[in-house]
Amino acid sequence: MTQHHLCLSGSGGQGLILGGALLAHAAVRDGKNVTMTSSYGPEARGGASRSNLIISDNPIDYPIPEKMDIVLAMNQESCNKFVPELKDDGILIVDSTLVIHHPPIKHYSIPFTKLATKAGVVIIANVIALGSIIALTDIVRPVSLKEALKERMRADLLPINEKALKIGLREGTKLKKNIDEYYTY
Amino acid sequence: MKRHKDLLLHGNEACAMGALAAGMRLFAGYPITPSTEIAEFLSVELPKVGGTFIQMEDEISSMGAIIGASLAGVKSMTATSGPGFSLMQENLGFAAMAEIPCVLVNVMRGGPSTGMPTRPSQGDVMQSRWGTHGAHPIIVLSPQSVLECYTLTIHAFNLAEKYRSPVIMLMDGIVGHMWENVQLPEKIEVIDRPEPSVPPDWYNPYDNLPGGEIVPLVPFGEGYRYHVTGMVHDKSGYPTLIHEEVEQCLDKLIYKIKNNLHDIIRIEEYMLEDADICIVAHGSVARSAREAVNIARNEGLKVGLLRPITLWPFPRFHLENISKKVKLFVVPEMNYGQVYGEVLKSCPKRAVRVTRVDGELVTPAQIMEKIEGAAL
Repeated sequence: MTQHHLCLSGSGGQGLILGGALLAHAAVRDGKNVTMTSSYGPEARGGASRSNLIISDNPIDYPIPEKMDIVLAMNQESCNKFVPELKDDGILIVDSTLVIHHPPIKHYSIPFTKLATKAGVVIIANVIALGSIIALTDIVRPVSLKEALKERMRADLLPINEKALKIGLREGTKLKKNIDEYYTY
Repeated sequence: MKRHKDLLLHGNEACAMGALAAGMRLFAGYPITPSTEIAEFLSVELPKVGGTFIQMEDEISSMGAIIGASLAGVKSMTATSGPGFSLMQENLGFAAMAEIPCVLVNVMRGGPSTGMPTRPSQGDVMQSRWGTHGAHPIIVLSPQSVLECYTLTIHAFNLAEKYRSPVIMLMDGIVGHMWENVQLPEKIEVIDRPEPSVPPDWYNPYDNLPGGEIVPLVPFGEGYRYHVTGMVHDKSGYPTLIHEEVEQCLDKLIYKIKNNLHDIIRIEEYMLEDADICIVAHGSVARSAREAVNIARNEGLKVGLLRPITLWPFPRFHLENISKKVKLFVVPEMNYGQVYGEVLKSCPKRAVRVTRVDGELVTPAQIMEKIEGAAL
């Protein structure tokens, strides 16, 4: 039985709950069972925000992931807070634009926010991150995420998000190939 | 693989979709976390099917609006959370007294008062039963998954129409705010309001028919003139203080539910056949409980689960039957033990509770701790 536990974390406004929904949607297209719960504060922007996913071949009872296979940390606070929830062999991916102090464990570090700004608009950092997660972990198929974008995104925002996915996949793949070079200890 | 066509739905979204499928055509509400997505979804989707969405000035008027709509023959619903639920109580009592079908969704958050808006809870189990004054029965349903948010909302409307009663969908913040893959059923049963079998002059909306048959509620404006009041009324709907009529009016409220328990109460049993320990859990906590049952069975412990899908009327007879076989009940809840109290009524001294009020779901490990610690 394969069951993957994921946490996408950062601050409110970074699109982590939408990101979680997109990833969940893609997993459904892959034929998996999914639960996603979210946690956020009362603020419209700022405050801690996270989505928690379980992606599984079997039906899911308890819907909250406990020991994470994958953690995405989009800011320093969430990196500090959620690294302890990572499994020993879990995969940590951080946004190096906003995470300054890196944890003393193996992790992947990609400047998602910087890449998004360079591509023209900061709000696509979440989808870039999704692209990289997929490239690094094979958690869902890229084609499924593309489908999810199509089904869930507003039509006028689709092109920029598809571009973001491409950037994310490219950066992730680059990192995976040069794994020794890019691993930060 | 057929499953690829599953939908990914949010619990609140599924609830709203269920309401639309059941034929709900008026929503009046005041947005409140964690129920807001229901209003948000319906504000877009209801007009598309010719329905009406009204954002009211508060929860008191929201409840009033759905009662009015229902009297005009339209299936109606409101959605709220704890603080709004408190405000709705008076008009909820009115709907119960005047026997007006309607559905109230309460997505429970941490309380009391403003409490924890973004955190889940199951603190309103008792309020949903006893929140209003006076004595009247109520039907309360508790979904455990996104699929059930859809199917039970349809069921809620059916029960409301069938028994001319307000029905409460008591969702916890986790179920309401969870995303999950679902396959919506292709066929659903929808009960609509029956036509009256008598001409206008003969119509008594609160008549006691033989065999407990329930008089159809005729929409206002169709030529049937009758009186609706929150006061104790006679069969025509006018206030009365005559002993026999008062008793008849109030007894009827009770017995229309009590005589149909077999039809109203739904439960789910899991691995109870040979169980020594029975977990009683509802809503999202039932999912933790199910996982705990699986863990316990792997350890060779005979544990099963009883999940009340209908919380009120409480499935007491089921519990009493099970209590003849099992040695202990374990009752996990996201409150200080509201269902636990009901379990105790059925099987005194043989129940323990697992409580959690910090805005997180009870974990399977917490339930296991109680099970393993129980000296049988």
